[in-house]
Amino acid sequence: MIRTPLRPLARILDARAKGENPDAIERENVAIRNDAMRDKSRARAERRLMILAFGFFIAFSVIGARMGTLAASTPTEPRTAAGGSDITAQRADILDRNGRILATNMLTHSLYAQPRDMVDPVHAATELAAIFPELDAKSLERRFTDGRSFLWVRKVLSPEQMQKVHEIGDPGLYFGPREMRLYPNGDLAAHVLGGAAFGAEGVDSAEVIGTAGIEKQLDARLRDPAQSSNPLTLSIDLTLQANVEEVLATGVKTLQARGAAAILMDAHSGEVLAMASLPTFDPNDRGALDPQVDPSDNPLFNRAVQGVYELGSTFKIFAVAQAMDLGLVTPETQVDTKQPFYYDGFRINEFDGHNYGPTKSVADIIAVSSNIGAAHIGLMIGPERQQAFLKTMGLLDPPQIELFEAASARALVPKNWSNIVTITASYGHGISTSMLNLAAGYATLANGGLKVTPTLLHAASHPQGPRIVSQATSYACIQMMRRVVTDGTATFADVPGYEVAGKTGTAEKPKKHGVGYDHDKVINTFASVFPASDPKYVLVVTMDEPVETAGLKPRRTAGYTAVPVAGEIIRRVGPLLGLRPKMDGAALGGMVAVKDPVAQE
Amino acid sequence: MRPVLYILSFLAVLGLAFWAYRENYATQHQLKQMAAVQDEIASLRDEIAMQKAEWAYLNRPDRLRDLAAINFDRLGLMPIQPQQLGTPENIAMPAPPPLVITGTVDTSAVIDAAPNAAKAAPTSKGEQIP
Repeated sequence: MIRTPLRPLARILDARAKGENPDAIERENVAIRNDAMRDKSRARAERRLMILAFGFFIAFSVIGARMGTLAASTPTEPRTAAGGSDITAQRADILDRNGRILATNMLTHSLYAQPRDMVDPVHAATELAAIFPELDAKSLERRFTDGRSFLWVRKVLSPEQMQKVHEIGDPGLYFGPREMRLYPNGDLAAHVLGGAAFGAEGVDSAEVIGTAGIEKQLDARLRDPAQSSNPLTLSIDLTLQANVEEVLATGVKTLQARGAAAILMDAHSGEVLAMASLPTFDPNDRGALDPQVDPSDNPLFNRAVQGVYELGSTFKIFAVAQAMDLGLVTPETQVDTKQPFYYDGFRINEFDGHNYGPTKSVADIIAVSSNIGAAHIGLMIGPERQQAFLKTMGLLDPPQIELFEAASARALVPKNWSNIVTITASYGHGISTSMLNLAAGYATLANGGLKVTPTLLHAASHPQGPRIVSQATSYACIQMMRRVVTDGTATFADVPGYEVAGKTGTAEKPKKHGVGYDHDKVINTFASVFPASDPKYVLVVTMDEPVETAGLKPRRTAGYTAVPVAGEIIRRVGPLLGLRPKMDGAALGGMVAVKDPVAQE
Repeated sequence: MRPVLYILSFLAVLGLAFWAYRENYATQHQLKQMAAVQDEIASLRDEIAMQKAEWAYLNRPDRLRDLAAINFDRLGLMPIQPQQLGTPENIAMPAPPPLVITGTVDTSAVIDAAPNAAKAAPTSKGEQIP
């Protein structure tokens, strides 16, 4: 680089000749150099600023553009992620305790129309009416042509129907994929499962919401996306359920009952293994409540949980258990059963005008089912203690179970618990409660006295309930109930080998419109525990207005209706539960080869 | 020297651009393929759910009961009975193995006048299978 000298010799000499100050030349040159340096550095700074500004501009534009695209574009699943194994059904399956499917989802299609895209609405309407008999061609045609832009035609299509709609070939007919709830077992365990329906419906999918039973009660759990691939396992056993329903249906048919219900429960954990209510319904096609029919006759009505009935003499064991636990009586204590027995002007009668003599032992009172004896035991306990005991047993509350209907099944209890209420409550009258509560109460007495809370959910272990009665009381109660079956009112339930213990109950139904009871309309109940030597299971069977007509006059006591049905159920489910019958030598000698029954005949 | 460097770097940029272009399309191809596989997985999962539902439907207790009744003459299936459950004492001990005779059996013998009559019994050359 060529530097311009600050003091160029030529100019200095020239200035000296003219007598000027040569320093002025130097200063001028210094000034020029400084100006040049300043201009240069300013230009460089400006350039740098420009570059920096450009960089920032680019960076902010990129961020802005990215934000814009994110805001404007529709969200999509990140496809680069590894195969999403948990993106499955939108509603969790329901399984039985052995993993068999009770409820699952099925992909199906809905049919909707956009009349603006339709080529020939009249033709499409006629064809659709031919495929779906419930559609009316005229009204469909009117709706296709009245100017609306969208309408649903059908919520669910079968593949065959879908193909037929395809064949109409109208571009204005569209299919929307959606999942529907499927109950492959039909009406089996219908009252437990309840049912499901479509909630909010879209073109691409539809929300499935539970409408009754466990589907409604645990709707949030079943719809939880985090748990949708994790099926809900119920305590119900499909095989047991099928057997219970089959036997119960046969019983209803032969005894001409209006309905029946049965609950099979594990006496220790409270897990319900089978719960049936007849008449039943198909949860795949759940009808609506018919206002014309008595709600208690509606198939949707769950008699086992929703129905509150006077459960009759099955309550006697609670009075006896409490009295024994309080140390008031022992099974051998003689109790007054003298007739007639009046209290506050009410006459307490024995069933069918029986007379059991002046006194009976507590065990005999249970065996023959004496109302007067039970009434005296109730009076020994007193109203407060009795009410408190029945309350701790859970008999005065709505049943605790994972069914939506349970909360509405409030027990009907007199407001003022007087002595006369105590008397009637000791033999199960004047108090209406759910069958499920009775089953839980019997389970509590059977398992050694620990409170049982019924549940429909299968788990490895359940929390142990508080102690209600002592082990000794529990044992004595089972022995007394065993006598009811061996030589009392429930001999038809004496299934060889299974040591059934139980108590019958017959309650007349209150008259529909008025006061008093209808003598020809009864609710028969048999609450049983088996096997008596090591109680494991509780079975409660209730029949509504059954009548046994094999004899000379129609019989309506539980011993002829609910008891044989319960006996048959125990005979059928005992082997399925893996219970080995306790047979003595003689019974074993009579063992038959069931595999070839034709050869026996 | 300098022009060679320029040409080399230009070629390098060209090569890298070509590589990036190819990688871009290869990635897009892989993404498409993965999307297709995931769609297939989803449809297979739907099919599995459908098959499970159908399995449950075909195995529903009502149908099995009817099938057992229809095919009773062939299968003879009946509900399980309590009597079918036995105890180990109900099972008979295995029978002793039968006597297997392989050689000849001499049924004739000479009766000795000697007092040890035990030898007089017919002797068998058969052997017992252990």
